[in-house]
Amino acid sequence: MLRDITLGQYFPGSSVIHNLDPRTKLVVVFVYIVLLFVGNSFVSYIVLGALLAACIAASGIKLKMLLRGIKPVIIILIFTAVLNIFFTPGTPVFTLWRISVTYEGLRMAAYLIIRIVMLITGTLLLTYTTSPLALTDGLEALMRPLKKIKVPVHELTMMMSIALKFIPILIEETDKIMSAQKARGADFETGNLIQKAKAMMPLLIPLFISSLRRAEELAMAMESRCYHGDDGRTRMKQLVFAGRDYAAFALTAVTAAVMITLAVFGF
Amino acid sequence: MTPIIELEKVSHVYSEGTPFELAGIRDVNLKIEQGEFLGIIGHTGSGKSTMIQHLNGLIKPTAGKVYFKGEDINASKETARDVRFKVGLVFQYPEYQLFEETVYKDIAFGPKNMKLSDAEIDDRVREAARFVKLPESVMNKSPFELSGGQKRRAAIAGVIAMQPEVLILDEPTAGLDPRGCDEIIDNIKEYREKRGATVIMVSHSMEEIARTVGRMVVMYHGHIAMDGTPRDVFAKKKEIESMGLSVPQVTKIAERLKAMGLPIDDSVYTIDQLMLELTALRGGGIRC
Ligand SMILES: Nc1ncnc2c1ncn2[C@@H]1O[C@H](COP(=O)(O)OP(=O)(O)OP(=O)(O)O)[C@@H](O)[C@H]1O
Ligand SMILES: [Mg+2]
Repeated sequence: MLRDITLGQYFPGSSVIHNLDPRTKLVVVFVYIVLLFVGNSFVSYIVLGALLAACIAASGIKLKMLLRGIKPVIIILIFTAVLNIFFTPGTPVFTLWRISVTYEGLRMAAYLIIRIVMLITGTLLLTYTTSPLALTDGLEALMRPLKKIKVPVHELTMMMSIALKFIPILIEETDKIMSAQKARGADFETGNLIQKAKAMMPLLIPLFISSLRRAEELAMAMESRCYHGDDGRTRMKQLVFAGRDYAAFALTAVTAAVMITLAVFGF
Repeated sequence: MTPIIELEKVSHVYSEGTPFELAGIRDVNLKIEQGEFLGIIGHTGSGKSTMIQHLNGLIKPTAGKVYFKGEDINASKETARDVRFKVGLVFQYPEYQLFEETVYKDIAFGPKNMKLSDAEIDDRVREAARFVKLPESVMNKSPFELSGGQKRRAAIAGVIAMQPEVLILDEPTAGLDPRGCDEIIDNIKEYREKRGATVIMVSHSMEEIARTVGRMVVMYHGHIAMDGTPRDVFAKKKEIESMGLSVPQVTKIAERLKAMGLPIDDSVYTIDQLMLELTALRGGGIRC
């Protein structure tokens, strides 16, 4: 079912990773992504992989759930890996007809796969362990300085958090309307492209209408509770750094130092 | 005779294999006979909607089998699709599934999918509209211009137009005014009588269930806790109340009267039955 889509989903829990401040997690993930591209040796990926593995273990999220996120990109991944293997010039390992597989090509392909897999797993770990609300709160706090140059930070993050909150609702609604139309014999699966597009109308129209209705209702509900934007707004949950956040920053700093050293000395 | 629908040890687990795994229904056995009027009650989240979506193959059981006239409906894609035309399902708040430009076209959506002739479709649409008392004047309006009650009727007509042998309705009267509720229930009764159809209705109103159905099933945390005539079920007041449900008001009144010393039967569950009891007490003569 559609509901089983996990992208951008949050699995509540109470592990150290869950309890980290969202700002910490955002910064750490950002640094981690940069480091993924700093690394250029197997040793450096082992270091970074160890950090990721430790975080996964601490979070209690099943590896299977994380790997699920890779499924959608698997074809692109294989395709680019193959291109890399065959079209990178260098020392040939063996030659097939006129194309040769090079040592450099194999290495490039391996790096590519490692980077993308670790990139997806790392960011999924962030969204799996952080509620959308916390995530946008963290983002807003981190982007606050941009307000000085008139970036509407609060409005942007509010829009983002509303959008995030509506994803599961819309998925549920799609599921429901789809079932209802199937009960009247609608067929979403067979036929050619045009027939399929036509068959989507009984799904899209009610979905569109209910989204508009929901948006209007939400706006009304927010206004009747005196929402008026950012100015003078207080928060129920203040973001405060705890000991574990400083520990996380320290660990990230050490990893970054190791990674950069490895890169500089070409390991 | 084989039951028209049979559930055999049916369980359904939502989001199996994720941290959100949740049993919608567990080990449900149920036989529904041809022509029955079956009511389903149960607390919110007890699995009523989950169960009825199995009856026309919209969701597949994660364990167990569903039979329609003795045939496994999930045997193949074709049988599952076929059964959908024979077992009509009206969802909770069906008005949100309306989509066509006109009410007429929307009601015709189901029959059209059955690949009937235009004349046949026209017949069915008009008959279905008559069943639910939709006036001719709204047929060419956009479904989105109708009132809430009319939208509900139009949506129900959309399923009735397929002339299913089994009609299932998930809380057909939720959110309607008392008059609207009565009218819809009457329409459903009429459909059943005219077509000899089997009807299954989910409801949160004990009164409505009590005076409409011949047999009722009580769901509790994903399984069937009770199954019997309204009299049997409502006689177990304590059990019903421990499941977060209640017995009809009339039953409560009868009970109080009995407690006050009147020699009456406290297992009555409709106003008419109570009236009979009370008049019998006065020694005949229906004059209150
Ligand atoms: N598509 C779904 N995905 C995951 N869980 C679901 C889904 N649909 C229902 N559930 C869960 O299954 C359980 C049974 O739900 P169901 O809708 O069958 O209850 P119900 O008896 O119809 O309740 P109500 O009276 O509120 O309509 C609930 O705990 C619900 O949260
Ligand atoms: Mg329900």
